[in-house]
Amino acid sequence: MNIAVLSGKGGTGKTTISTNLALLLKANYIDCDVEEPNGFIFLKPEYITKQYVEVEIPEIDEENCTLCGRCVEICKFNALAKAKDKIILFDKLCHSCGACILACPIDAIKFTKRTIGVIEQGKKGEILLKRGLLNIGEPISVPILKELLKDLPEEEINLLDSPPGTSCNVVNVLNYADIAILVTEPTAFGLHDLKMAVELVKRLNIPFGLIINKYDENNLYLKEYIEEEGIKIVGYLPYKKEIAEAYSKGKILIEEKEYKDAFKNIANNIKEVLL
Amino acid sequence: MRLAVISGKGGTGKTTIATSIAELENGSVRIDADVEASNMYLYYTGKDMDKEYFSASQVAYVDLSLCNQCGICNEICKFDAIDLGKVNELKCEGCGACIISCPEKAITLVEEKTADIYRTEIPNGNIFRAKMEIGADGSGLLISHLREKAEEYGKNTLTILDGSPGIGCPVIASITGNHWVLIVTEPTKSGFEDFLRVYELTKHFNIPAMVCINKYDINEEVTAEIEDYCKKNNIPLVGKIPFDETIVQSINELKPIIYYENSKANQAIRNMWKKMKEDYLKI
Amino acid sequence: MKIALSSSGKDLNSYLDLRFGRCEYFIIYDLEKEKFKVLENKGKYSSGGAGITSAQQLIDESVDGVISNNIGPNAYELLNSSGIKMYKGKNISCKLLIESFKANELEEIKEAGPSQKGGH
Repeated sequence: MNIAVLSGKGGTGKTTISTNLALLLKANYIDCDVEEPNGFIFLKPEYITKQYVEVEIPEIDEENCTLCGRCVEICKFNALAKAKDKIILFDKLCHSCGACILACPIDAIKFTKRTIGVIEQGKKGEILLKRGLLNIGEPISVPILKELLKDLPEEEINLLDSPPGTSCNVVNVLNYADIAILVTEPTAFGLHDLKMAVELVKRLNIPFGLIINKYDENNLYLKEYIEEEGIKIVGYLPYKKEIAEAYSKGKILIEEKEYKDAFKNIANNIKEVLL
Repeated sequence: MRLAVISGKGGTGKTTIATSIAELENGSVRIDADVEASNMYLYYTGKDMDKEYFSASQVAYVDLSLCNQCGICNEICKFDAIDLGKVNELKCEGCGACIISCPEKAITLVEEKTADIYRTEIPNGNIFRAKMEIGADGSGLLISHLREKAEEYGKNTLTILDGSPGIGCPVIASITGNHWVLIVTEPTKSGFEDFLRVYELTKHFNIPAMVCINKYDINEEVTAEIEDYCKKNNIPLVGKIPFDETIVQSINELKPIIYYENSKANQAIRNMWKKMKEDYLKI
Repeated sequence: MKIALSSSGKDLNSYLDLRFGRCEYFIIYDLEKEKFKVLENKGKYSSGGAGITSAQQLIDESVDGVISNNIGPNAYELLNSSGIKMYKGKNISCKLLIESFKANELEEIKEAGPSQKGGH
């Protein structure tokens, strides 16, 4: 069972919610924000192992290449170009699609590999912690996500802490999700970005519930939209300086009884409403 | 002068700060480059002047009357995006490998909409923004295109770009070619870590960066760590903005924070902008 | 000998377009024949890797030199490995730049400029 935790807007509390829920539910925690992963700051895993993520890129056999230029014409991403006496590869533009290999009339291209990031895996007690890290300057993170999310233990609950936004990275996380928990905050920005996230999970047909963070009962900013759309709320977290301080220090909230109860409540609701 | 505001981590206050700076510099051109969750333009009720269809990608299209269900495309596709003539548009990257392999020549590529782009005219300038299709590809290219459109309007003035979180393609497209980058961070363990990664990115592309610590008083210890790091690495720390509840009010009233006279954040942002202008941007 | 100029217009009085990959046109000037032709820059419409597309276009035209202002890393690498020399031009007419080139007054570009934009 994979549960994705996502939000359109950044900084709404995805990591706070997924790390605390992971500890409470004894669920595996998978940090999918490979550009800026933060979950390990809170969960402090032990016994970390690393595995580099490689992508395939074409390698051209210069001796046999006739410079016909078919590979250059076929590449939709402008990753190949024909200089005076050789074909040049711009590896960061390459999507590893293999069209150039198919197009080469004399089979002078084969795949080789290059590293774009790393996956780190560790343990905290019984639970599995994983994260992907994109190398600085690399534009494409999807291959890391795919490697990170394949072969997760199916019998267990895996919490997928998603990146912000609603584009290709998030779609790639949702491709592996059975249900989703959306996190928002009651502001004009929160509402605007929540709408986009809701549209996305609906389009992908993923059942979802909502957690409102920085909640304050006098703030009715989201009320109308939630009612109109019939969105199920699975929990609230209050707007408190204390939470911000605990977060800033990298502390886990459920160490305090008050928050442990709040998260228990959320966990129960998730089970009731979504499972 | 082109300035991009970025942060690495989401929710640190990029939009609040970018909008404030744009308000303080009359006539500035604004680019709302957090195209997946664009918030800057929400502050304004402007007039949408030019609307443009933008496509940054293509997807495979199968003519089913020609397809004989041989399944070769299934095997060839590296993205698991095609299955016996059915294309999953969210997975398809438009590479065209299936076209080469199809014995019946049943596959072509068709344009896929990425976004609608707008130039919105507001009383004191222009704002360039996009409404992206949900789940669409090509946010980096979209940002590049927004920047190109903004270029003719920003020749003699400040262009300020409100960036997206992260360090991937949209951020790379947001920062390259700028004169300066302002990194907005917050004094949390996560904020600091994300700041370090995004700072590395600006170094990688050789773009000078300055730093501002938002909500600096929620954890003075981490603030001191960030300050220390900036000093050691010669990164100009141009502002420290206090935690201020007026900011939430400002967002919900959709009125930039600099119009709240009693706000502490307002004063700090004004001081920061003065310093940025005089000491670094020299405009 | 043929040189290419990134141009904002279609004749020799047009000013240099300071961008390379996203310039409007290329003016290809033949120094022996003292004639020129104009090409639309294919890179301008390219969704990604504009500089690469533009550089490829000029390589295919067999030019010997390029006059532009900011040539990004990818285009630089490609032009350089094809033995095409690059020269720094400023915001004046292509005509004047050709004169300066003939008089050997243009500075050769020996390293790539900052990457302008990118994207996927």
